[in-house]
Amino acid sequence: MEVPVMENILGSNDKQALQNKEIFDRNGIFVLNLIGSPGSGKTSLLEKTIVSLKNSLKMAVIEGDLFTNKDADRIAGCNVPVIQINTSGGCHLDAMMIKNVIGKLNLAQLDLIIIENVGNLVCPAEFNIGEDNKAVVLSITEGDDKPLKYPLIFKEAATAVLNKIDILSFTNFDMKAARHDITCLNPAVNIIETSCRTDIGIDKWTEWLKNAVQIKQKRINER
Amino acid sequence: MHEMAMAQGIMDIVESYARKNDAKKVRVVSLIIGEMAGVVFESLEFCFKALAEGTVAEDAELKLHRTPLLGQCNDCGWQGHIVKYNFFCPKCNSAKVDIISGRELRVEYLEVD
Repeated sequence: MEVPVMENILGSNDKQALQNKEIFDRNGIFVLNLIGSPGSGKTSLLEKTIVSLKNSLKMAVIEGDLFTNKDADRIAGCNVPVIQINTSGGCHLDAMMIKNVIGKLNLAQLDLIIIENVGNLVCPAEFNIGEDNKAVVLSITEGDDKPLKYPLIFKEAATAVLNKIDILSFTNFDMKAARHDITCLNPAVNIIETSCRTDIGIDKWTEWLKNAVQIKQKRINER
Repeated sequence: MHEMAMAQGIMDIVESYARKNDAKKVRVVSLIIGEMAGVVFESLEFCFKALAEGTVAEDAELKLHRTPLLGQCNDCGWQGHIVKYNFFCPKCNSAKVDIISGRELRVEYLEVD
């Protein structure tokens, strides 16, 4: 006997993600899902972001990591609330993991939550966790071929950060080709070149974030 | 290795439909997986077999139905295959091309006894 099904394999995750998003929306919080390879500079970018935005936005961080607290310890040093999720080897955060920790944050007091996903360009792209936007961080030392090799995350991201550009001249990274491939994949994407060492482009990145928070809060208030 | 999480998603759907239909045995699980979905089918099969052991879906065959990455242009109406992940319309160069297939991750049907 044939039984028709037509159900989404990640349906229960998507449902939970939607519920998370409703909670964030109710509290007027913009949530960013920050994705990138291990070593691309996600945590460094976060540290720079916190220093720059801490006085104008009330923010918190959720850190996804396989086993350690190393990133959360770095963020705690910046004096913002931080929650560590250890996935015990799991390659991505899912919506249920976020649901299980959001009660620990004082949501009514927040404007912005940045969720640093597990270092990985593949799996996190398939799992919504209740975010408003995804941002992908690609460091130029990873190579300009990565957007086409990992198309999904570049298609899904609202912003693509090309990090470590201070050492561009020491690499064979083709900036024009990388920008071309990312734009073909995602014509609406916002591409920002940064260096967390010299602070190049950090202002553009924080400006984008601040703007995204404002747009969301305006939309929520008009409801 | 998110294939394990996906295999679990498939397993949950299979068990729920098997129960609803009083199935004694699930023979086939047919999947629709899009060209742009980040899934390695062999890994998915491996994970599913591990999870299905001792369940109603033990020995079930996973059938794969791949859908191509197709787009539609909101400006000129072009429809067709998106080549090399270039989402600009090949006809009018518009940036407003929507995906109409190729992202699916679905259980299509089961064959049960």
